[in-house]
Amino acid sequence: MAKKSVFQEFSKGLWAEVPPFRLVLGLCPTLAITKSVDNGLGMGIAVTFVLVCSNVLISLLKNLIPKEVRIACYIVIIATFVTVVELSMQAFVYPLFLQLGIFIPLIVVNCILLGRAEAFAAKNGVIASLADGLGMGIGYTLALSALSAIREILGNGTFYKMAVFGPGFEPFRFMVEAPGAFMCLGLMLCVMNVIGKK
Amino acid sequence: MGDYILLFISCIFVNNILLMQYLGNCPFLGTSKRMETAVGMGMAVIFVLVMAGAITWVTEYFVLKPFGYEFLRTMSFILVIAALVQFVELFLKKSIPALYAGLGIFLPLITTNCAVMGVCLINIKEEYSFIECLVSSFSYAAGFGLALILFAGVRERILLARVPKPLQDTSIGLVTAGMMSLAFFAFKGMA
Repeated sequence: MAKKSVFQEFSKGLWAEVPPFRLVLGLCPTLAITKSVDNGLGMGIAVTFVLVCSNVLISLLKNLIPKEVRIACYIVIIATFVTVVELSMQAFVYPLFLQLGIFIPLIVVNCILLGRAEAFAAKNGVIASLADGLGMGIGYTLALSALSAIREILGNGTFYKMAVFGPGFEPFRFMVEAPGAFMCLGLMLCVMNVIGKK
Repeated sequence: MGDYILLFISCIFVNNILLMQYLGNCPFLGTSKRMETAVGMGMAVIFVLVMAGAITWVTEYFVLKPFGYEFLRTMSFILVIAALVQFVELFLKKSIPALYAGLGIFLPLITTNCAVMGVCLINIKEEYSFIECLVSSFSYAAGFGLALILFAGVRERILLARVPKPLQDTSIGLVTAGMMSLAFFAFKGMA
């Protein structure tokens, strides 16, 4: 496969097909853990790791996996890497592990992973799948960070736990709660649509 | 008995799985465009979630805990749920075709519905007993169905309204969900 197309596979995840906005996949963690920037970033990195590993392994094994049970095989591969992430986070970044809670094991049922496995890794070579996984993962991380930055700044008056506004600022508590998450994501989609049209 | 009723109310309203716990949002937006599909999905989730809750509870306390394999929880739960969904699908197809016609197309989607897996994990995390686990699974699923059906009703009306172009479809859906979530937020005062 030519070099240029590998780069294209990588870069499409960054803007043209940003998972939570354009494909509307993987919404649950997008809404739930974007209360603060470090949560968003941590989740993004965890998903990127799983996405890259599972994409590579699935594209390597694609000729060995029987068609009829492929979904089950993909789920097992994804679950393996999620367990790896879960245990390593518990060992090395325990506070973040507690904050993310059940959303780490829930990476298994994140539709992005199965979606990319089925739509891309099962049909393409190893290098292309690696690029695709990396691009999608980074796009997802960026999207989560952007959303969590907006919510943390407005809802808490802080950015990465540092105060942004003066002491006179009254935080919109609404933004860090559930309703704020839905509305914020809805309005971000709207902005993306406006920019995308031009 | 009072405890179970309290658990039931808190799972349906106060901790509504869709609007407060943010689980199961993909099918929430995907199947809420028409009332029929929303009802089908809601019923299928209630049906599967109660069974999944029971079977994962048994897996946790009779297989994983005694042998010290808790670290395999993620993998074993997803496999058990996937197998259960497949089994239910085959069973319904053979023996209750009428029900299968109603729920059939939603069943494969349920494996990747994070509400199902999420509730099973919550049940374990909160250390519910078997009966509490059944009650909480049922009421979370009922809360899912309730929110989904209400939302589908709102969305059918939005189709008739004139929505600004960039806001159309998912975008307005999310903003509407935000408003519904605000309404459910009021239940937090009850707890």
